[in-house]
Amino acid sequence: MLPPVIGVLFDGIAYGMLLFLLSVGLSVTLGLMNFVNLAHCAFAMIGGYVTVVLMKDFGWNFFATLPVAFFAAALTSIIIERILYRRLYGASDLDQVLLTIGLAFISVSVAAWFFGTTQQPIEMPSYMRGSFVVMGLNIAVYRLFLVAVGIVVTILLIMTVEHTRFGAQVRAAVDNQRMARGLGIDVDRTFAITFALGSGLAGLGGALAIEIVGLDPQFAFTYLVYVLIIVSVGGLGSIGGSFAAACLIGISDIAGKYYVPQLGAFLIYLVMVAVLMWRPAGLFGRR
Amino acid sequence: MALQDAPMTTPQASSPQAYLQGLSRWRTIEIIFWLATLLPFWLFPNYLSLASQIAVAALFALSLDLILGYAGVVSLGHAAFFGVGAYTAGLFAKFVWGEVFTGLIVATIMAALVGYAASFIVARFRHLTLIMITLGMGLLLHEAANSAGWLTGGSDGLQGIEVWKVAGLFKFDLYGTTAYGYSLAVLFVVFLFTRRLINSPFGLALRGIRENFVRMPAIGADSRAHIRKVYTISAAMAGIAGAVIAQTTETVSLEALSFERSADVLVMLVLGGAGRLYGGLVGAAIFLVARDQFSGIAPQFWYFWIGVLLVVVVMLLPNGILGGLSKITARWSRK
Repeated sequence: MLPPVIGVLFDGIAYGMLLFLLSVGLSVTLGLMNFVNLAHCAFAMIGGYVTVVLMKDFGWNFFATLPVAFFAAALTSIIIERILYRRLYGASDLDQVLLTIGLAFISVSVAAWFFGTTQQPIEMPSYMRGSFVVMGLNIAVYRLFLVAVGIVVTILLIMTVEHTRFGAQVRAAVDNQRMARGLGIDVDRTFAITFALGSGLAGLGGALAIEIVGLDPQFAFTYLVYVLIIVSVGGLGSIGGSFAAACLIGISDIAGKYYVPQLGAFLIYLVMVAVLMWRPAGLFGRR
Repeated sequence: MALQDAPMTTPQASSPQAYLQGLSRWRTIEIIFWLATLLPFWLFPNYLSLASQIAVAALFALSLDLILGYAGVVSLGHAAFFGVGAYTAGLFAKFVWGEVFTGLIVATIMAALVGYAASFIVARFRHLTLIMITLGMGLLLHEAANSAGWLTGGSDGLQGIEVWKVAGLFKFDLYGTTAYGYSLAVLFVVFLFTRRLINSPFGLALRGIRENFVRMPAIGADSRAHIRKVYTISAAMAGIAGAVIAQTTETVSLEALSFERSADVLVMLVLGGAGRLYGGLVGAAIFLVARDQFSGIAPQFWYFWIGVLLVVVVMLLPNGILGGLSKITARWSRK
C-alpha cells in the first residue's frame, strides 16, 4: 500500500501546532531576556493537570477548562519569575540552567506526589472524538481543531507583536534592551507580562496535549527536549521561526515514526544537530 | 561568573613559573583527603560497592570539571562519553577478553576518538547553541545505542560480561573490596594527571578562555584549539569512568548514556563547586551518600530533593560547598 503522504503531513502539522503552543513562550522570553528557562514545560504540565482535575473532579466541559489552564500556568509562572528568576537575569547560562532544571525536577516529583506516576486519561466530548473522510483522507476532528487553534494563536500573536503598543515595546526590548530602557520602556514589566503570556500558552498547550500524547509527571522533561529543539532551530525571539520549526519537527517526528519506526526519536535529534551546525542561530535567528 | 578558583595561597608570585609551582604544591589537607579515601576499607566494609560508585562518579565529575570548571564549556550531554567508555569496555570484555587494563585502555582510546570528533563541533559554538548541541549529541547517542539492540542489548542492557581478576590476583567479589580498590586507584591516577594538567601553562590558558574567550587568541592562545584538546581529554576521562563502572558491575545499561546521568554529574560538580579540582569529588560523595540514605525512605522523591538542592545552591552557594567553605575559612583566618 502506498503510504498516505498527505495523512502523515496532516498529522505532523497538527502535532507541530501542539509543539508550537508549547514552545513559543520560551522562544520569546529567551530572545527577550536571554534567560534559559528549562522549567518551561513544567508550566505546561500545570495547565495539563488543571484540565484533568477540573474535568475529572468537577465535571467541567473540556473547553471551559482551557482558559483556566492558561491562567493557572500564567499566574504560577509570574510568581516564580518574581521570586526566583529575576535575580538571575544577569547570571551565567550555567546558573540559569541549574536553577530551572532544579525547578523541573521539583515539578516532576510534586506531580507524582499528587497525581501518581500513571497517565491521566480524559474523556473528550463526543463531537471531538470522531473523524471524517475528505477525498480519501481520514481527518480526526481533534487534530483539525488543534490546527485551527495553532493558526488562530499564531495570527493573534503576530498581530499583537506587530500592531500594538505592547508588541512594539517587546520588539524594542528584544532588539536592544539598553536602548529600550533609555527610551523609558519598562523592560522588567514588559518581560514579566511576556513571560506570563508565554507560560500561559504553554499551559494551554499542555491541556490540549493530553488527548494526543497523554500526561504524566515526566511531561516536564519529555517535551522539554522537543521545545528546546524548536526554539533553537527556529531562532530566539522569532514567532514565525518557532512556527516553521514546530511544523518541521512535528512532520519529521511523525514521518520518522511512520516510515522508519526503528530509528525512534533519532531523526528529530539529527534534524536539530544538523540545522544548528548549518545555522548556529537557528533558521530565522538574527544573532 | 560563578566559577572561580580557590583563593591563591602563594604570596606575590614573582614569575608565572613560580606562580604555577606554588599552585601545584601539595597541601596538608589534600594529603589528609586522599588518606581518608582509604578509610571505607575498615570503617564501612558493607558499603564498599557504594564507595566504588562514588569513586566512579567522582572521576566522571572530574572530567566534567575540566571542561566546565576550567574551560567554561557547559555540557548537558557528557554522559555520551561515559556511555561510549562503558559500552566499549563491556563489549571488549564480552567478545575479546576480560583483562581489565587492556579493556580500560581500549575504552579510553575509543572515548577519546569520539570526543575528538565531537570537539570540532563543540569548539565552534558558545552559550545556548552549545548547550543544545551537547544535549542533542547525548540524546542521539542514547537513541543510537537503543536502536542497535543487536550490539548493545538495547533497553535490556549488555549482559554476559566476564571480567578477569585484576592483575591475575584480585577477583571482583560481592562485597566490592576489589571494585573499590580498583576504582580508587584509577581515580587517583587520573586525578594526578588532571592536577598536573591544570597547574600547567595549558591549564592557565583554559582559565583564560573561561574568563574571556575572545581575548585569548589575541595573546597567542587559540581558544578553539585549546577547547578541542581539553574536550578530547575530558571525553577520554569520562570514558575511563564508564569503563570502570562496566568492569566493576559486569553490566552496562542504557542508563549509562541517559540525560539523567548527564544531569546528575552536573549536579554533583556544582554542589561541590566547579573549577576547584576537589569539587566534583566532594559533590559525588555527598550526592551518592544522600541518595543511598534517601532512597531507603522514599526513592521516587529523590529528585524533589535534588531540585531543592539545586535551587538552594544557585541562590545561596554560587561556588558550591567548597566555595562556601573557603569563604568561611578566609573570613576566619582574617580575624
